[in-house]
Amino acid sequence: MLAATVRVTRDLDAAEEAVQEAYVQALRTWGRDGIPRRPGAWLTTTARRRALNGLRQGRTQRAKLPLLLGPEEDDAIDTLDPDAIPDDRLRLVFTCCHPALAPEAQVALTLRLVCGVATPDVARALLVSETTMAARITRAKQKIAVARIPYAEPGPAERPARLDAVLTVVHLVHSTGHTAPSGPDLVRDDLAGRALDLARMLHRLVPDEPEVAGLLALLLSHHARRATRTDAEGRIVRLADQDRSRWDRAVITEVDRLVVAALGAGPPGRFTLQAAIAALHAQAPSYAATDWPQVVVLYDHLRAVWPSPVVDLNRAVAVAEVDGPAAALALVDALVADGRLARYPYLPATRSELLERLGRTAEAVEDARRALALTDNAAEQDHLQRRITALGG
Amino acid sequence: MAQYAVIIYEREGVDMPPEVLAAHEALGGRIVAAGGREVAGLALQPTSTATSIRGGVISDGPFIESKEAILGVFVIEARDLDHAIELAAMTPIVDGGVEVRPLLDFQVVGEDPA
Repeated sequence: MLAATVRVTRDLDAAEEAVQEAYVQALRTWGRDGIPRRPGAWLTTTARRRALNGLRQGRTQRAKLPLLLGPEEDDAIDTLDPDAIPDDRLRLVFTCCHPALAPEAQVALTLRLVCGVATPDVARALLVSETTMAARITRAKQKIAVARIPYAEPGPAERPARLDAVLTVVHLVHSTGHTAPSGPDLVRDDLAGRALDLARMLHRLVPDEPEVAGLLALLLSHHARRATRTDAEGRIVRLADQDRSRWDRAVITEVDRLVVAALGAGPPGRFTLQAAIAALHAQAPSYAATDWPQVVVLYDHLRAVWPSPVVDLNRAVAVAEVDGPAAALALVDALVADGRLARYPYLPATRSELLERLGRTAEAVEDARRALALTDNAAEQDHLQRRITALGG
Repeated sequence: MAQYAVIIYEREGVDMPPEVLAAHEALGGRIVAAGGREVAGLALQPTSTATSIRGGVISDGPFIESKEAILGVFVIEARDLDHAIELAAMTPIVDGGVEVRPLLDFQVVGEDPA
């Protein structure tokens, strides 16, 4: 009966719905009029009719959701195919990143439906079981259908906030890949690559949005340096120690072009500012020769548009290069007292490095141990363990 | 058009200033002006007047104790969730917010398929 109904709707979710409605109607009608001679046929006819009605009533609605309700193998839209209809792809991204969906569902749906990643791979990438992920995606699809989350671009009033939500999801996909708390490198690289593809696609669809260009530039700046983030043994190499001759100059040129264009388009947003900071690092001939005063200025702007203790911590690292480690340590200590970063391993890790520079080795070891206790990432654990050993701890 | 319940939550014991009450009165007209419709509405007495029945046990107070309490519910017709959110956001609020929930569609096909 379900299959027969699916043939009418070519849409499993709608068919299931119609079948259920047919049972409900059967309960009512059969109770009143008695059971028909061929109950099975009655139900199928009713379900198909309900489905047809549903299709007619909800033609606009359903026509708007072909990809969300389609069978699994057709779920993926050819997003990265430049010939696909751009409006459809943009609508789909906006739907998947709708604020009425939970953030983790937004990320899962975007990977599943926009990037076409199979559910088991989405589950593995986001470190949840396949069952959990399947349930999460189903729940999100149900909410889209039942609450009628529109398959449409937002109106001008909502557009900036909604676009920001989309960019946040893409950035989250990237950082999940970039600094996966655990899991094999392969998954990490794949997620970062997906995020980069998404950012490229968005930039092609809305080339005039500076923050989209900013996000693309930010992700590209990481991409340009991907070969030097870890050594041959997969160990983390600090920015100061990376071999800059192996950075991808062509990509860095593209980053510069994007950042300059985005900065010229009005007051910069958080992604543009982060990209500008990344571009300064990418251009610098060495860690010491980085334009640190300019980095601090950019962090000041970033704090203004996007206040966050993580931004303050990164700013403190730049301050250490301008005003020295003691000035930076004062800022970091303020963040320790603040408490919001209590579970953030980079806080004690940064503090440890500043203390080392100040010759306070014993305290540096203590903070490196604190950082070690907070991180799940094998490469970072290894990095911290080596530091502790080097400090004689 | 689809129907949504807009559930109004306010902090317990909040006073409704006259301008908020007036804004509630005017809400139906504003919803129509924005392309929607208010289908029904309920305003509730404070939770201090509520009685709860759980497993046959009767007790004083609301079913769920929380800082915010349901103050009222109204039903709107909207094109989709974005439209419903736009309409629900017009609700005058003192110290709380609203929840938008789609309603189950109880309409039954009139014709007999047998």
